[in-house]
Amino acid sequence: MNQTPIDSTGAGRGSFKSYTIGFIFSIVLTAIAFLAVVRGGGLPRWAILFGISGAAIVQILVHLHYFLHFDTSSAARWNVLALLFTLLIMIIFVGGSLWIMSNLNYRMM
Amino acid sequence: MFGKLSFSAIPFDQPIIMGAVGGASLLALVILILITYYGKWTYLWKEWLTSVDHKKIGIMYIILALVMLLRGFSDAVMMRSQQALAAGASHGYLSPEHFNQVFSAHGSIMIVFMAMPFLVGLMNIVVPQQIGARDVAFPFLNSVSFWLTAAGALLVMVSLGVGEFSKTGWTGLAPLFEKKYSPGTGVDYWLWAFQLAGAGSLMTSINFLVTILRMRAPGMTLMRMPMFVWTIFATNVLMMLAFPVLTVALFLLTLDRYLGMHFFTNALGGNMMMYTNLFWIWGHPEVYIVILPAFGVFSEVVATFSGKRLFGYKSLVYATAAIMLLSFTVWLHHFFTMGAGPNVNTFFGITTMMIAVPTGVKIFDWLFTMYRGRVRFTTPMYWTLGFLTTFVIGGMTGVLMAEPPADYLVHNSLFLIAHFHNVLIPGALFGFFAGYAYWFPKAIGFPLDEKWGKRAFWCWLIGFYLAFAPLYILGFMGMPRRMAHYANLAWHPYLIIAAGGTGVILIGIIFQMIQLFVSIRQRHAARDLTGDPWNGRTLEWATSSPPAVYNFAITPVVHDIDAFTDMKEKGVVYQKPDRYHDIHLPKNTAAGLINGVFAFMFGFAMVWYIWWLAVLCALGMLFTVIARAADDDTHYTVPAAEVERIESRRFQQLASAAVNRPAGSRTTPELLPQR
Amino acid sequence: MPADTSTIDAVATGKFEHPDTIANQAFGFWLYIMSDLVLFATIFATYAVLGHNYAGGPTGKDLFHLPYLFGETMLLLFSSATCGLAMLAMHKDKRGLVMTWLTVTLLLGLGFITMEINEFHHMILDGNGPDRSGFLSAFFTLVGTHGAHVSFGLIWMAVMMGQVITKGLTLPVQSRLLRLSVFWHFLDIVWVGVFTIVYLMGVM
Repeated sequence: MNQTPIDSTGAGRGSFKSYTIGFIFSIVLTAIAFLAVVRGGGLPRWAILFGISGAAIVQILVHLHYFLHFDTSSAARWNVLALLFTLLIMIIFVGGSLWIMSNLNYRMM
Repeated sequence: MFGKLSFSAIPFDQPIIMGAVGGASLLALVILILITYYGKWTYLWKEWLTSVDHKKIGIMYIILALVMLLRGFSDAVMMRSQQALAAGASHGYLSPEHFNQVFSAHGSIMIVFMAMPFLVGLMNIVVPQQIGARDVAFPFLNSVSFWLTAAGALLVMVSLGVGEFSKTGWTGLAPLFEKKYSPGTGVDYWLWAFQLAGAGSLMTSINFLVTILRMRAPGMTLMRMPMFVWTIFATNVLMMLAFPVLTVALFLLTLDRYLGMHFFTNALGGNMMMYTNLFWIWGHPEVYIVILPAFGVFSEVVATFSGKRLFGYKSLVYATAAIMLLSFTVWLHHFFTMGAGPNVNTFFGITTMMIAVPTGVKIFDWLFTMYRGRVRFTTPMYWTLGFLTTFVIGGMTGVLMAEPPADYLVHNSLFLIAHFHNVLIPGALFGFFAGYAYWFPKAIGFPLDEKWGKRAFWCWLIGFYLAFAPLYILGFMGMPRRMAHYANLAWHPYLIIAAGGTGVILIGIIFQMIQLFVSIRQRHAARDLTGDPWNGRTLEWATSSPPAVYNFAITPVVHDIDAFTDMKEKGVVYQKPDRYHDIHLPKNTAAGLINGVFAFMFGFAMVWYIWWLAVLCALGMLFTVIARAADDDTHYTVPAAEVERIESRRFQQLASAAVNRPAGSRTTPELLPQR
Repeated sequence: MPADTSTIDAVATGKFEHPDTIANQAFGFWLYIMSDLVLFATIFATYAVLGHNYAGGPTGKDLFHLPYLFGETMLLLFSSATCGLAMLAMHKDKRGLVMTWLTVTLLLGLGFITMEINEFHHMILDGNGPDRSGFLSAFFTLVGTHGAHVSFGLIWMAVMMGQVITKGLTLPVQSRLLRLSVFWHFLDIVWVGVFTIVYLMGVM
């Protein structure tokens, strides 16, 4: 009854191993981020910010790969393209907004 | 029980509004009576209201657009007549409160409820056929999208008679649109209407992106798609990525107004410019959403009526892609004057100037297509020529305003108004009218009358120049926009001319209504029997007019750009296959309509603070979706025998057309277009 | 890419939900996720702009409790994992196991929402509701929008559990479960952004 058509969705399929690895990585990265803030009193502020941002980005990539089976296989190519383009747009919108609003803030407030 | 709603919401004391409401209600009543008298309710329900067929949905979108064009245009007539009268001692006939609602409604309707439905209607009718598909990827979602848009339009219409509309422009103005300064229902009607329509647009974009990327006929690579499909692809990318920003901007305003939050208030930590920033992040892509489909129409029309392949197909594709990308990077030019520093202004000024270049490339490509072609001056070609000459002026005034120092002088003056109408009317609207005339025979089965079409065109073109050329001059003379009354009598003569131009356009609209009437009256004599009245180049002309519900009995195989011309040249058109197959199609469903009704009532309830009704309607929408998901019986089969019957009738029609050879029917090789 | 001829054969032999339909649905849903990313990005941008507009009111440091946040985060992360296990069971056609893991996922998600509502409730009672300042408006909206998405996912999950019981693991049901799991994982991704940018950075 269960056929393989689900495979041709453009997204791959998981395995117990991939979910477990992804889960463990995520726990570790979350713990690192929390500890950096709670226990990282000695470190300079920019280092902590850098650290938790890095941990967040890595964890997001972990989720994308191990939970969403995101990869560069040909079946998923349009998905990757859509995500990359969306990411570009998000950078333009968020980055542009921050630049504009801080510029306005500086000049007008 | 009924929130803020009471009989005092109806503006009995305002004769103009009551006249309009009375007239509209009477018209609606007449239509309902006529439908009942002719016993057409079942037909209407089964064939149209519950349809998930992209061709029917497309036609309904265009009907909505045309109706809203009339409403938006009557707002235009009111504004022009008011400004022609209200000089110096005279104050015209509209109070400032009323005038503010009129210009807010005019912009809101024309962009969101006229232009958007028009272009979505055209893409619905044409794109699946042009790519050789049987329908869009998600037909039910298509129906949902339409009815959400209609619900939004209905909210705007109802606001005329029950309560008031927004007075803060089609864009909204922070903090004027906050509850403290706009306590009435106006802003709420505006934002809920936009939210409903926006949700519909977002769903449409996903639908068409999947359709174009995954449902093309075999052999139709991306670089063999018709140019219209390319522009629709770019349009939908813009829609998918820009509309969420509008949703958020309006949602944050909703939270401010309903829950007392402080996003855009002028106290307690609100940031008013953030609204402007977010609105225009959507607003700029929106205007490209409106213009790109028109460019696509012009590509199709120019190629067909020059009898030639489009010049520079690749450059047109890259130009479209460039416009798509750049349109995300220019938004600040809508508020150059609102406090940003020279670095920020310069960056966005440069990107704005850059975006004119790919459009210029397109203009040249179209001109070169016509060069050495055998141009046929049909109504769609008239609209195209009107566009080519007039739109360019609007484009150039745009580049002028892309210079921040220049913009400081003309921002929010009538120069700006003239510029954007110059690109929207000869650009977008003429494109939609060209598409309407071009694809009408395909969608309906008989052509629009050419004579009245050309008369209407001339009225629109001349009327446009009369209405807007004076506005350029007035802009340079310093007249701001949105003025209900003015003291500078030097402006008066120009505004009278502009009002005259509006009158000429009105005649054009009347001619278009006559055209429709005449075309319907002579439909039997003029019937399109071949499905290819223009000697077209793309796949939609291979089907009958109107097409069978499944479009193509056998999915075509594509080998080149202009797939239909390619088939004609190889002599493989209209070939009867040895056998037909069963065809599976989605069933009609009322779920889209029901969802739309709940959406309208939800919007109305939220406007009037009728919380219990709002909750009920939200749950109604949820349960409609869940019930639909539970339904496993959503398809039906057209058996092969039935397909054969339909196709045989089609071949009979083709044969009778070849015998009679009515004008415009060209299927013989000697009349094939040149490369 | 153009439809390949094998799918046309699939249509011809009368399969209503042929492989292409499911692939189209999955891709269409992915595009919806893209639009939702832009939606969240916009709310994040708003939070970044309004994030220091305290209007004399409390800051993140005054309000956020990191241990509590860690608990919420773990609930959501575990629910992502159990959702994955549900999908594995689905691919093995094990209906009962699917129901089990979906139930666990639902309960974990419900736990997350309960904790979040509790947090909001106490803040509002203390007079630190979203109407207090621009910062708080942005906070409640960003976290609340994520919470609303999660809640909608829970409703969807409940509906899917009903469908698994009444229809079994048919192709349409599997296709919907697939999309639900993509939605659920996406929400956990957004949460990583939320707890990092709103809470961790807010507390520093």
